[in-house]
Amino acid sequence: MGLLDQEFLDSNIVIAKSDDLLNWARLSSLWQLSFGLACCAIEMMATSASNYDFDRFGVMPRPTPRQADIIIISGTVTLKMAIRIKRLYEQMPDPKYIISMGSCANCGGPYWEHGYHVLKGVDRVIPVDVYVPGCPPRPEALLEGLLKLQEKIRHETLRTKKA
Amino acid sequence: MKTAKEILEILQKKFPEIEFSLVEDEPSDQIIFTDALKIHEICEFLRDGEGLKFDTLMNLSGVDDANGEKQTNDDGSETIVGGTLSVYYNLDSIELNHKTTLQVSTSRESPKVESVNLIWRAADWHEREAYDMLGIKFLNHPDLRRILMPYDWEEGSYPLRKDYKDPEFYQGMKVPY
Ligand code: SF4
Repeated sequence: MGLLDQEFLDSNIVIAKSDDLLNWARLSSLWQLSFGLACCAIEMMATSASNYDFDRFGVMPRPTPRQADIIIISGTVTLKMAIRIKRLYEQMPDPKYIISMGSCANCGGPYWEHGYHVLKGVDRVIPVDVYVPGCPPRPEALLEGLLKLQEKIRHETLRTKKA
Repeated sequence: MKTAKEILEILQKKFPEIEFSLVEDEPSDQIIFTDALKIHEICEFLRDGEGLKFDTLMNLSGVDDANGEKQTNDDGSETIVGGTLSVYYNLDSIELNHKTTLQVSTSRESPKVESVNLIWRAADWHEREAYDMLGIKFLNHPDLRRILMPYDWEEGSYPLRKDYKDPEFYQGMKVPY
């Protein structure tokens, strides 16, 4: 028998929903914009380093927003920076995701009352997918945030596309 | 090595027409208090004068003394009327191994202090910071812009003043919590 018949007889075909395939591809290679803001960024770098190894989840830092799928807002968002963050976010191609890391990015953190220069939560300028609490969150917490985001992507469908 | 008293005496001898005094009731080293609009020539002499040789400006900081009259507004916030803003100069002489502190005060309503930028270039950004945070205008500063706050921050809004109030919005972003 010919080669082709063999292939078909061995039922070497995988049938999947295109949704699942796309979601699996997306959640397994979340390229991260290499972008850090304050003390939380140190913890994010520790997460990328060999002890915690962000890379095993397919998270790689990319130096340009054009190649990034995810932006981790790791630290204090000043009003000055918020404008730049918004621009970076707009430069990223869809689909794009945001993890807000640490109290500062979540709600202003220690600067919530007297921080005249701090934006009280990055969700005032860009839509956040996952909030990771802590000041700073440990690398484990950030990893869990990423797993939560993967969970979210796993249940996305092509029909309800994120804006 | 010279103490604040000795430095004060040298200054008084050199500039008989300028008022000097010694601030002694602070829990710090003694501070020489002087005139905000004469600080340039005083500092030039401090840098070059025999036995003084203050070759380094370690720090220059602005302070809101908040010693004016406090008025309570309808919404419960406070406004301070009158009183002074101060600038402190921490000088160091590497050559003679002594330090001193100068203080000048200026009115809160139109705060004007001479710049010492031409004497110690280190003063450049320090003065910009004092301007940015407290609104102290440094006369003859070559580039007196905001340094920490955005350039388009509201005119006349200085965050380290004791009666500062957050603006409601900045570029469409809500500022208060
Ligand atoms: S949340 Fe805490 S650790 Fe993180 S940037 Fe803010 S102050 Fe720093």
